[in-house]
Amino acid sequence: MNEILPDLISALPEIFVLGMAMFILLLDLFLKPSNRVLIYVFSQLTLAGAAAITILTHTPAVSYAFTGMFVDDPMSDVLKVMIYIGTAIMFVYTRQYLTLRGMFRGEYYALVLFAMVGMMIMVSGQNFLTLYMGLELLSLCLYALVALDRDNPRATEAAMKYFVLGALASGMLLYGMSMMYGATGSLDIIEVGNSLTQGAPTYSMLILGLVFIVAGLAFKLGAVPFQMWVPDVYHGAPTAMTMLIGSVPKLAAFAMVIRLLVQGLYVLAVDWQGMLVIMAVLSIIIGNVTAIAQTNLKRMLAYSTISHIGFLLFGIMSASLNGFASSMFYVSAYVLMTLAGFGMILLLSRQGFEAENLNDLKGLNQRSPWNAFLMMIVMFSMAGVPPTLGFYAKFTVLQAALEAGFVGVVIFAVLMAAVGAFYYLRVVKLMYFDEPEGKSPIVAPNGMRVMLSVNALALLALGLMPQILMGISAYAIFNSI
Amino acid sequence: MMTELPIISLAIWVPILAGILVLFTGDDRRACLARWLALTGSIAGFLATLPLYTGFDFANGGFQFQERLSWIPAFNIHYHLGVDGISVPLILLTSFMTMIVVVAGWEVIEKRVAQYMASFLIMSGLMIGVFSALDTILYYVFWEAMLIPMFLVIGIWGGPNRVYATIKFFLYTLLGSLLMLVAFIYLYHQTDSFAVTDYYQLPLTLPVQILIFFAFFMAFAVKIPMWPVHTWLPDAHVEAPTGGSVVLAAIMLKLGAYSFLRFAMPIAPDASHYLAGFMITLSLISIVYIAFVALAQKDMKKLIAYSSISHMGFVTLGMFIFNPLGLEGAIVQMISHGFISAAMFLCVGVLYDRVHSREISAYGGVVNTMPTFAAFAVLFAMANAGLPGTSGFVGEFLVILGSMQVNFWYAFLAALTLIFGAAYTLWMVKRVFFGEVANAHVAELKDINKREFLILGVLAVLVLGFGLYPAPITEMTNATVTQLLSHMAHSKLPAGF
Repeated sequence: MNEILPDLISALPEIFVLGMAMFILLLDLFLKPSNRVLIYVFSQLTLAGAAAITILTHTPAVSYAFTGMFVDDPMSDVLKVMIYIGTAIMFVYTRQYLTLRGMFRGEYYALVLFAMVGMMIMVSGQNFLTLYMGLELLSLCLYALVALDRDNPRATEAAMKYFVLGALASGMLLYGMSMMYGATGSLDIIEVGNSLTQGAPTYSMLILGLVFIVAGLAFKLGAVPFQMWVPDVYHGAPTAMTMLIGSVPKLAAFAMVIRLLVQGLYVLAVDWQGMLVIMAVLSIIIGNVTAIAQTNLKRMLAYSTISHIGFLLFGIMSASLNGFASSMFYVSAYVLMTLAGFGMILLLSRQGFEAENLNDLKGLNQRSPWNAFLMMIVMFSMAGVPPTLGFYAKFTVLQAALEAGFVGVVIFAVLMAAVGAFYYLRVVKLMYFDEPEGKSPIVAPNGMRVMLSVNALALLALGLMPQILMGISAYAIFNSI
Repeated sequence: MMTELPIISLAIWVPILAGILVLFTGDDRRACLARWLALTGSIAGFLATLPLYTGFDFANGGFQFQERLSWIPAFNIHYHLGVDGISVPLILLTSFMTMIVVVAGWEVIEKRVAQYMASFLIMSGLMIGVFSALDTILYYVFWEAMLIPMFLVIGIWGGPNRVYATIKFFLYTLLGSLLMLVAFIYLYHQTDSFAVTDYYQLPLTLPVQILIFFAFFMAFAVKIPMWPVHTWLPDAHVEAPTGGSVVLAAIMLKLGAYSFLRFAMPIAPDASHYLAGFMITLSLISIVYIAFVALAQKDMKKLIAYSSISHMGFVTLGMFIFNPLGLEGAIVQMISHGFISAAMFLCVGVLYDRVHSREISAYGGVVNTMPTFAAFAVLFAMANAGLPGTSGFVGEFLVILGSMQVNFWYAFLAALTLIFGAAYTLWMVKRVFFGEVANAHVAELKDINKREFLILGVLAVLVLGFGLYPAPITEMTNATVTQLLSHMAHSKLPAGF
C-alpha cells in the first residue's frame, strides 16, 4: 500500500475528477428536472476542487508514477489548471444555450468531465499507451457530445464525420507508435528517447513511424493537410460543443505533441521540423485565405483555428525550449480568445435562433455597444493587433522561429497574417459600420455577461501585462523538459 | 533634472484615460456631457505636454525626460520613453491638434458622439506614445494600436465609400509594419535588447542594413506616404470625417517621417547613404508627379490629399540629403504642414457641413456669401502654396537651399513645386471662392460661426507666426539634428568591410 500511495497522490486530480464525474452521472438519475441546476453546481465545484488539488500538490520537481507511465511535472500542472479554467468558463457560457435547447442534462456534464479526464491523462501521459488512452477517452466523449442533440441532422452528420476521421487519425497514431515500439523495444517515452540517443536502430522504420505519428497529431490539431474535418464539425455541432472542441482540447493536444515529439523523438527533430514547417505554412495559407470566403461565423472561426494552429506549430518547429514556451503561450492565448469568440455567439443566440451567420453581427454596436466592444477586442486579438494578447502570442512564436533561422517562412507568415487580418476586420466592420437587421434585445443571464466581459477584457489586460502568461508558460516548459 | 514626475507618461495616459472616461458617458442622450468631457480631456492632455517644452534642455541633443521600467523581462522589453528635439515639437502638435479636432467636431458629429470623441483622445495618447517610445516593441504596440481608433473613425463617421477606404488604410499599414516587426526581432537576436539606443551602436554589414532599411521602408513609406505606396491616402482622406482627415494629415503622416529619423536612418546609416539616390528619386517623383495629379482633381479633399503627398515629398527629400539645412527644413515642414493641411481640411469641412458636397464644381463665388471664411481659406491656400511669410515657405525654402548644396537639379525639381503648388491650390481657390455665385446652395451659405472662427483663427495665427519666426522649432531641433547627422556620418559597417 505504501508503495502505491505516492503514485495515487500524483494522479489525485484525475482520480478526483473521475470520481466526481461518476457521482454526477449517478446523481442525475435521482434528480428531478427542476433540480438539475445542482448538476451544474457540482460540476463547477469539481473543477474548483481539482484546481485546488493540482495547485496544492504542485512542486517544481518532476515526479513519475505508475512505473513511469504517468508524470507529474510543472507543465502538466499548469496545463491542467488552464484546462479547468477553460472548462469552467465554458460551463458558464453554455448553460443558457443548453437549457433553451433541452440539452441541459447530466450526460453533458458527465461527458465533459470524462473528456477532461482524458485531456488530463494526455497532459500527464509518459507512455505511448497512456497517451493513446487519454486521447481516446477525450475523443469518444467529444463524438458523443457532438451528437448529443440527437434530432438535429446536421449535428449527427458532423458527429459521424468527426468519428470516422477521428478514428482514422487514432489508427494512424497507433500505427506510428507500434513502429516506434518495433524500432526501440519500448513504449515508455523516456526510454524511447534514450534508446534513440544511443544510436538509431533502423532509420527508415523510425521515419515511417514518425510520419504516422505526426499525421495522427496533425489530424487531432487540425493542421493542413489533415484539416478537412474541422470546418464541417465546427459548423455542424451545436455551438456549445463547437466551443468545447475548439478550445481546451488544444491544450491537451499541445502537451501530447511535446511528449511525443520533444520528449520522445527529439533525436529526429530535423525530420519532424521539416514536416511541421510544411504543415505550418500550409495551415496559415489555407486557414487565412479560405476564411475570407466564409459567411458562417462558426466556419470562419474554424478556418481561423487552422491558421492559429499553423502559428502554434511555428514555436514547436523551432525545436528550442524558448520555442516550446512560446507555443504554450500561444495555445493558452488561443484558448482564451476562442472561448470569448464562441461565448459571444452563444450570447447572441436565443431560443430557436442560432446567431452563427456573419450577418447576425450587423450593427451590434447600436444594439449593444459594450458587447460590440468586447467582440472587437476578441477580433483584434485573433488578428494579432497590439495591445491585445494575440499580438504577443504571434510575436513570441515568430521570435522563436526567427531565432531558429526560419527567416523566409516568418516573412511569409507575417504577410499571411495581414491577409488574415481582413476577415477579422470584416467582423468589426459588420458590428460597427453596418445597420442592424433586427432590433431584438440581447437576453442573457448576468453571470454569462460578466464572464464574457472578464474573458474579453483579460485579452486586453494580459496584452498590457503579457509577462504573466508568458512567465507561466516559460516556467512550465523550462522546469519540465 | 525633473525626474520626479513621469511627464511623458502623463502626456500619453491623460488623453487615453480621458477617452475611456468619455466612452463611459454612453449613448447620445448624454452627448453634451461627452463633448465637454472630451474638451476638458483634450485641454488637460495639451497641458500635460507643455512641460516637455518648458523643461526642455535646448543644448542637449540626446533623449530627455527618460522613463524606464521593466515590462517584459523575458524578452528584455522595457517601458522606455524619452524625447529629443525632433519628437517634442511633434508631440506638442499632436496634443494641440486633438483640441482642434474636438472643437471642430463639436456639433457636426451627431451620432455616437462619445465614441467619436473618445477615439480621438485615445488616438492622441497613442500617437504621443509613438513619438516618445524608445523601446521598439513598445513603439510597435503604440504604432499598431493607433490604427484601431482611426479604423473606426473612418468606418463609422466616414463618407459613402468608407468601408473600402478604411479597410484599405488598415491593411496597407498593417502589412508594412509587420515587416518592420520582423526587422526588430532580427535586431533583437543581434543585441539581446529591444532598446533603440542599443541598435544605434550595433555594427551591421551593408546587405543586412539594406534589408533592414527596406523592412522599415515598407512600414514608413506607406505611412508618409511616398509614391508609389500612397494610394490608400486619397481614399482614406476623402472618406474620413473632417476630424479624421485632420489627424491623418497633420499627425499620422508625420509618424512615418519621424520613424525614418528615429529608426531607419540611425540604425542603417550606410544603407541610408547607399539608397539615398533611390529615396531622393521617390521624393522628387512625389513632389512633381503628385503635384500634377493634384492639378487634375475635381474633389477638394482629394486635391488636398495629393497636395499632402507632394509636401511630404519635401520632408523625405530634406531627410535624405543629409545636411543640417535639409533636415531642419524637413522638421519645420512637418510641423508647418501639420497646421496648414489641418486648416485646409477644416475649410473643406466647413463647406461640406453646409452644402454636403466636396466637388469643386458644386461651388463658385463663395466669397460673396462667406467673406470671413474666404479670407481664412485664401490665407491657408497661400500658405499651402508656400508664400513667404507663412510657415509653408520656411520649410520648403530650407529644403531647397539644402538640396542646392548637394545637387542643383534636386533643388530645381523641388522648386518647381512652388509653381505647381501655387497652380493647383490657387486654381481651386479661384473656382470655389471667386467668380459669380454659382448656384442656390452657395447663395444660401452662412458665414462661419464663432466656433469655426476660433479654430481657423488659432491656426491662422500659428501659420503666420511660424512663418515669420520659426526659431522656436529650429532652436529646439538644432542640437538633435547636429547629433543625428554626426551619427549618420559614421559608418556602422563592421571592421573589415
